[in-house]
Amino acid sequence: MESNQTTDAKPRHGVSTHIVEAVVALGVLILGIVVIQGSWSLGSGWTSDGPGAGYFPFWIGVILCISAIGIFYQAVFGKSRNNEIFVDSEQLRRVLSVLLPAVVYVGVVQLIGLYVASALYIAAFMIVLGKYTWTKSVTVAMSVVVLFFFMFEVWFKVPLFKGQFNLLSFLGY
Amino acid sequence: MEELNSLFHGFSVILTPMNILLMFVGIILGVLIGVLPGLGGANGVAILLPLTFAMPPTSAIIMLSCIYWGALFGGAITSILFNIPGEPWSVATTFDGYPMAQNGQAGAALTAAFTSSFIGAFVAVVMITFMAPLVAKFALKFGPPEFFAVYLLTFCSFVGMGKGSPFKILASMTIGFALAAVGMDTVTGQLRLTFGFPDLMRGFDFLIAVIGLFGIGEILISMEEGLAFSGKNAKIDPKVVLATWKKLPKYWLTTVRSSLIGIWMGITPGGATPASFMSYGLAKKMSRDGHKFGTGQLEGVIAPETAAHAAGTSAMLPMLALGIPGSPTAAVLLGGLLIWGLQPGPLLFVEQKDFVWGLIASMYLGNLVGLIVVLTTVPLFASILRIPFSIIAPVIVVICAIGAYTVHNAMLDIWFMLLFGVVGYLFKKLDYPLAPLVLALVLGDKAEDSFRQAMLISQGDMSIMWSNALVGGISTLALILLFWPLISRLLGKVLPQKKKQFDVEQPVD
Repeated sequence: MESNQTTDAKPRHGVSTHIVEAVVALGVLILGIVVIQGSWSLGSGWTSDGPGAGYFPFWIGVILCISAIGIFYQAVFGKSRNNEIFVDSEQLRRVLSVLLPAVVYVGVVQLIGLYVASALYIAAFMIVLGKYTWTKSVTVAMSVVVLFFFMFEVWFKVPLFKGQFNLLSFLGY
Repeated sequence: MEELNSLFHGFSVILTPMNILLMFVGIILGVLIGVLPGLGGANGVAILLPLTFAMPPTSAIIMLSCIYWGALFGGAITSILFNIPGEPWSVATTFDGYPMAQNGQAGAALTAAFTSSFIGAFVAVVMITFMAPLVAKFALKFGPPEFFAVYLLTFCSFVGMGKGSPFKILASMTIGFALAAVGMDTVTGQLRLTFGFPDLMRGFDFLIAVIGLFGIGEILISMEEGLAFSGKNAKIDPKVVLATWKKLPKYWLTTVRSSLIGIWMGITPGGATPASFMSYGLAKKMSRDGHKFGTGQLEGVIAPETAAHAAGTSAMLPMLALGIPGSPTAAVLLGGLLIWGLQPGPLLFVEQKDFVWGLIASMYLGNLVGLIVVLTTVPLFASILRIPFSIIAPVIVVICAIGAYTVHNAMLDIWFMLLFGVVGYLFKKLDYPLAPLVLALVLGDKAEDSFRQAMLISQGDMSIMWSNALVGGISTLALILLFWPLISRLLGKVLPQKKKQFDVEQPVD
């Protein structure tokens, strides 16, 4: 990361780290409250046959809330408040360029299954982000997927997800 | 000498052509996993775990533990040749390893790293051979309060020995516990925290969490840094190897010290990463050439590598003897034991002799095989890193998705994996440690069970945690560690301030 900061001559723009810290701490706090509420409704007290089902998670939720408040306090009011930029726009663009296609990929997997979606994903990723030629990308994508197909379906006999619309049904697997 | 007999029995169990083949496959896959960004020991083993469901448990654990050894070896390759630590525990190796490679001594640095890894692991395995049966025998006397005290100690030592904000360690740990609670309650059979979603009945599998947090999270981090690999060439010829081996005995003291640090940090859940930093720091302080550290000293490579490998290996001891893993990878292996139908814990040494001693024997052989494999194939693995990231990244995402799906054959798990990936990215950037989360997710149910059993025995009286010297000692130690951040701050106010000895950026594991 250091090299990144030195090569960037321009000032970096973005959200400062302590704000992200505070937001994540709030998220943790909400999670803690959800856990407390959920285990409270299960019965977090002592029943006739020992601690109730919600007893342990209830206290876990309490610790979760305490630590969330602690993190929030340290992030916002602490002495060592971190004012550095969390991600600049260039870094955010790079991260999203992996994350968003991955989300689309999982959505496509849901529809047409792991094998076809993976081939499309690898090929598209190489063409769009890697600037490879069509032929090269399709070759790499196909060989990776065919390798996986033999490894899982044929050798180890672990069937993978075929999707709601099974395009590979003609293979008989 | 009962242990030696058992050990030789173990060798006779594993010395079949199939197991030796699996050992080689495991090591090669492991080195590959250690070299590739986004795949590490923990999630590599997690992804490959479903492939072993049909194997006999002994063969399966041999292959998976060899992947772990391979990943430990592989981390060194990228740190020395590319200045990119493939694994968190090899960060300290870059300090002197990369300068050595820049000086044209890449071969010597790699040889020293691999050999000292091997020595560290060997010392740790010898320790396991003799200690694990004793610990297991001792632990047979444990009741629920003792077990809960040991769990408590495990988790409190994260707070006491971890770096960074204790609140973050606590938060990460309790998130793990909360996720572990989701699903069917093991005691009453009630559904907990599912909020009416039938898919949540299964609960969150820690394998999904591991694949997401370490795999997808790591890919996002690497992408943000815009990795462009530009590495030194690696050539290892027998002459360099022999010349380096001749120099190694000179540093025997560093080796012994680093092994001991590694063993200690591995048994307690400190882990390989702090062990490597601590050992590098101590070597720097105690060596005559300490001021030259960072410019390419052989000793600066030996110290962290020995400690990291010793710690990674020792993490298997509490897993085998107590059923409490010392590192995320050991936790994944423990999950494997449950899936193969073995009950981890002290009884394993009584009921599953073949399995336990086969595993211990395979640690000896696996590390030897690993040393041979890495010394001969470094150029091959270094060339893998020259494959552009835009090919590697989608392939790794696909591998992670397949791994997440095969755990339960559930599509929803792939979505969870993505979610865990984003959480992993955020947590890693904000220095939340991930190891406590994973261990809490694995051990959550068992820790809760032992707590509830202890509470049933005592009718809800907490004083059972101090009912005898053993359980009281462990509980007290656990509480001291839990409040160590506070205690050390108070001590710091009373005692005069010491100068910071070792101030290098240390990643939170």
